[in-house]
Amino acid sequence: MPKSALTGSRIREHRLMRGIKQADLARSIGISASYLNLIEHNRRRIGGKTLRALSEVLKIDASTLTQGAERAVVTELQDAAASDSEVAVELDQIDDLVARFPGWAAKITAQHRRLRALEQTMGGLNDRLTHDPVLSEKMHEVLSTVSAIRSTASILVGTPDLGTDWQARFHSNIDTESRRLAESSASMASHLDRLSRRDTGRATPLEAVFAAFDGRGHHLAELEEGADPAELADKLPVLDSAEARSLARRYFETYRADARAMPLAEFEAAAQDAHLDPAALAGQFGVPLEAVFRRLASLPRSATLPDIGLVTCDASGALLVRKSPSGLALPWFGAGCPLWPLFAALSSPGVPLRRVVETEDGAQFVAMALAHPSGPLRFDRPPVYHATMLLVAQDDQSHTNTLPVGSSCRVCTRDDCDARREPTVLGRGQSQGLLTTGGNRS
Amino acid sequence: MSKSVMLVEDEPNIIEAISFLLERDGWTVRIHSQGHDAVEAVQRVAPDVLVLDVMLPGRSGFEILRDLRRDAATRDLPILMLTARGQTKDRELAESYGVSHFMTKPFSNDDMLSTVRDLYAASAGEA
Repeated sequence: MPKSALTGSRIREHRLMRGIKQADLARSIGISASYLNLIEHNRRRIGGKTLRALSEVLKIDASTLTQGAERAVVTELQDAAASDSEVAVELDQIDDLVARFPGWAAKITAQHRRLRALEQTMGGLNDRLTHDPVLSEKMHEVLSTVSAIRSTASILVGTPDLGTDWQARFHSNIDTESRRLAESSASMASHLDRLSRRDTGRATPLEAVFAAFDGRGHHLAELEEGADPAELADKLPVLDSAEARSLARRYFETYRADARAMPLAEFEAAAQDAHLDPAALAGQFGVPLEAVFRRLASLPRSATLPDIGLVTCDASGALLVRKSPSGLALPWFGAGCPLWPLFAALSSPGVPLRRVVETEDGAQFVAMALAHPSGPLRFDRPPVYHATMLLVAQDDQSHTNTLPVGSSCRVCTRDDCDARREPTVLGRGQSQGLLTTGGNRS
Repeated sequence: MSKSVMLVEDEPNIIEAISFLLERDGWTVRIHSQGHDAVEAVQRVAPDVLVLDVMLPGRSGFEILRDLRRDAATRDLPILMLTARGQTKDRELAESYGVSHFMTKPFSNDDMLSTVRDLYAASAGEA
């Protein structure tokens, strides 16, 4: 199991720094020493009351001990490690890298994302070079013109006995072709510039939207106060293309509609009273269940709320919304874990599913999923379904009948999984700490 | 009788340059600038070597190549294909249709001449 959760290690470090015995610390917060030992060795996830009690005794802010952001960084670093088959990396020291050099870790993950984005862009441009008839025609014209100039110029230079008539003729041809080249190359540059502005910003408009939501913790205060979605989309620098702003507007309109149907203060109070039961809240506010899922995931972080994640996919499994809860880093690229109830929901539209899922690190979440029409139903057209899954982190992690899940096959090492579609990039024998994706270890 | 080259190409200044080169090298050059009737023109002229552009008005060089290879009279005709599209799939398509040589624009005059000579020599040697 990957030892990438840092919270336990940090708790241990702070306990030792303060010279507190493990048994004493455990007793002071009302848990067994053996359970604290499991926590300190990152074999049990910790959150909620236990984390708060520990932070009080250790006199350190709970957020300093939590693993959320680091877990996501670790997952991305693992993915980055696997993306280069030439360079072996010390996988077992990723935790140290994240803990000791957070800036470098963030830099690596940012560059990895950028690299993947550029790879996607390159693929898109390659497709366009092959299939874009406008570009193909312009390229053909440029090369034909260059060809004529090159052949003609070579004749002029390489034929000393060329008659004056021929010389004049070929000079004229070069002049004609050079003008044509200037026009066709300018035209091609203009076309490429348009493609470039369209394609080489952030990888895709959807990723820009993801970044906009992630950057604000999925809580958009402006929309809570009734701001115009279009104006907000135009204001956010991360939405760096017309396509991204257009897509973001649709997401923001949904957000504002949810906020209007479930006003923040009223909804927060109701959510507490209902113990975050989405069905009860849907009945109370008269809204669809998936709207409650979205609204719960948009609540501002609070000490009284558990960590909440949200995923939405279309019928192909492509992720349309991703909010990672602490302890389960949802993939930026590629598909997610096929065992998520999110995907099971797609096979039974309209039927809400609820399972307690457990990650490799032992983090448990109540996963509630529902497949729902993505828009109005129409006659004579097949319905288009989306599935939405809410993930609510569990403090006590006492559930036993849990569904083992992961983030995605690439960063999951469960070797008894029937749903695995590709080998893990983490490989076996991680204790050796070195990984090469070509299958060789050194 | 001098050896002959037929040039199926629609760019006037490329036609002029290649024709000049080949004629100075002792070839009789015949020009054709349309794609739609190029197969019939080649069959009528029966050149020793064909220089065939890919992108032609009316019909692509690939289709012309394919039809020439289907005809017993031109099945073994040495064909040098010129294209501004040097993509692998174009080359593979041309090879699958039986092109003798594939050259991408812009090309050097020396390469063009030596290739035409080589194709003719290989053809003459087999005959």
